[in-house]
Amino acid sequence: MPESRPRSGQTLAERAAFVREQARWIRKRALRMVFDARQGHPGGDLSATDALAALYFDAMRYDPADPRWVARDRFILSKGHATGALYSTLALAGFFPQEELTTYMQPLSRLNGHPNRNKIPGVETNTGPLGHGMPVAVGIAIAAQIDKADYRTFIITGDGELQEGSNWEAAMTAGHRKLSSLTLIVDRNRLQQGAGTEDTVGLDPLDDKFRAFGWDVVEVDGHDIEALLPLLDGSTPHERPLCIIANTVKGKGISFMENKASWHHGVPNAEQYEQAMKELDA
Amino acid sequence: MSSPATQTSGLFDCRDAYVKTLEALGAADERIVAVVNDSVGSSKLGGFRDKFPERLINVGIAEQNMVGVGAGLANGGKVAFVSGASCFLTGRSLEQVKADVAYSQANVKLCGISSGVAYGELGPTHHSIEDVAWLRTMGDITVLVPADPWETEQCVRAAAEMDGPVFIRISRMGVPALPRPADAAFTIGKAEILREGGDGAILANGTMVCRALEAAEALAAEGISARVVNMCSMSPIDEEAILAAAQTGAIVTVEEHSVRGGLGSAVAEIVSQNTPCRMKILGFAGFQPTGSAEFLMEYSGLTAANIAASLCGLLGR
Ligand SMILES: Cc1ncc(C[n+]2csc(CCOP(=O)(O)OP(=O)(O)O)c2C)c(N)n1
Ligand SMILES: [Mg+2]
Repeated sequence: MPESRPRSGQTLAERAAFVREQARWIRKRALRMVFDARQGHPGGDLSATDALAALYFDAMRYDPADPRWVARDRFILSKGHATGALYSTLALAGFFPQEELTTYMQPLSRLNGHPNRNKIPGVETNTGPLGHGMPVAVGIAIAAQIDKADYRTFIITGDGELQEGSNWEAAMTAGHRKLSSLTLIVDRNRLQQGAGTEDTVGLDPLDDKFRAFGWDVVEVDGHDIEALLPLLDGSTPHERPLCIIANTVKGKGISFMENKASWHHGVPNAEQYEQAMKELDA
Repeated sequence: MSSPATQTSGLFDCRDAYVKTLEALGAADERIVAVVNDSVGSSKLGGFRDKFPERLINVGIAEQNMVGVGAGLANGGKVAFVSGASCFLTGRSLEQVKADVAYSQANVKLCGISSGVAYGELGPTHHSIEDVAWLRTMGDITVLVPADPWETEQCVRAAAEMDGPVFIRISRMGVPALPRPADAAFTIGKAEILREGGDGAILANGTMVCRALEAAEALAAEGISARVVNMCSMSPIDEEAILAAAQTGAIVTVEEHSVRGGLGSAVAEIVSQNTPCRMKILGFAGFQPTGSAEFLMEYSGLTAANIAASLCGLLGR
């Protein structure tokens, strides 16, 4: 399965172009899901999409036909509300039929508002309450360390989510144990549910915090795929756990949603939806 | 205090009664503060924040911190209304609720918003159908489950008046204003008989009370007279009212909560050790599938029709 990924033998620009096209599809599909379901979290779907696409369509090793393959790289969406983006990504990667995306949040659908690993192949752990992904990811990385296994573990957290203390307990464990197989992507869109992170309970300087906890830290434009790929594909070795502060835009790609807290769980009307789809196609 | 007689028909979101009362209390008593977890919007506390900006403390997405901060504010002489989605307020912070609030007898009022399955499609992580069970077992915290706007207001006022920990379970789902006499009074620890009846009793709380009344209405048409008892006060609980209900010979309990550990269990604990009678416990069996709140309640038989059918079943009719 990994061989079929387009990465082999391609230039970084070619790989990035491929990932970008997947990201465009994911954004459009996620938005349609939110539109049809009349609920969801479009702002956070759109800010996380590029990182998700980079992971699933370039960086990670997995087999959709064998979702619990022991040697797979693991991914945890700790900001479990971004299921529009997550489900679109998993369906595009082949974990379940794309047609099923139309059942998002419908009665008795597998596609709940927050992901359930017992129902959806490719989901590692059930998230939804913020601040749960990091400790689970740390546990996975410790298991890999014990087994001397070479799989890697990736997590995406929100930035507001980092106000939960559990993240820092896990970060301390990861730093202490030098869990180098662990990569955290912080979706640093600077907004939480009700307002800006720095106006609520400030996180800056976030890089210094993670460094103080024993992590390697890099800061990138979270929508710059060419910058993301080398950090995720294993070609940048790190001795310590890696924190990628991905500076993103909440609602990325849709002009009227960008950087607006109200689109955290806003739902577009028909006119807005049409305009949004046009913008995503452009 | 607003007279219950002034209520009109239609459906109400009890959060509105909660914040309206809190704003009124806040204006009269500057010790009143609100503590939230990035939940100003979902708790509808924007008005409180605008009126008393210094008394709205948003600790960010950090519920354990939020409850501990509430206990600290109480220590400093404040009356802390700690307000957030009930699932996180209780589940995430359970040990803070136990040690810092209940065991420490801190003057903290925990307001669990959008309890039960109000969050519908957001799923079991966001449902709060275990909260009453968790808090009720602690004993040292008052647990209230109001059924309509008037009762929500009474609960908030009673909580502010008493010195000690309280949990108020507040729904966002539309409920009607319950029919009550103009001189109706609310007392913590007292059940409220909303309809007399001797063939059997329906004990309900929160969003299920209006459905219990509807069920009793339907049963009356079939010649069955069912008592309807509103069990808002879960801890302390009105043993006398429960034992009186048991005298009818049949009790159906109904709650927007797990069938384990909530109202049904509380009633069974009392009835089974005193005057055992036939019982049916209606609620949720466990983690719920995907669906809207209304769908999930239908799916688990939390409907007037099923409440009525359950009592008929107990009566062998
Ligand atoms: C423990 C917990 N508390 C509160 C919430 C409600 N909630 C859902 S999303 C959200 C804001 C998240 O902000 P952030 O982590 O920055 O995510 P993003 O901006 O990427 O959407 C909140 C408060 C929750 N899901 N879990
Ligand atoms: Mg954010």
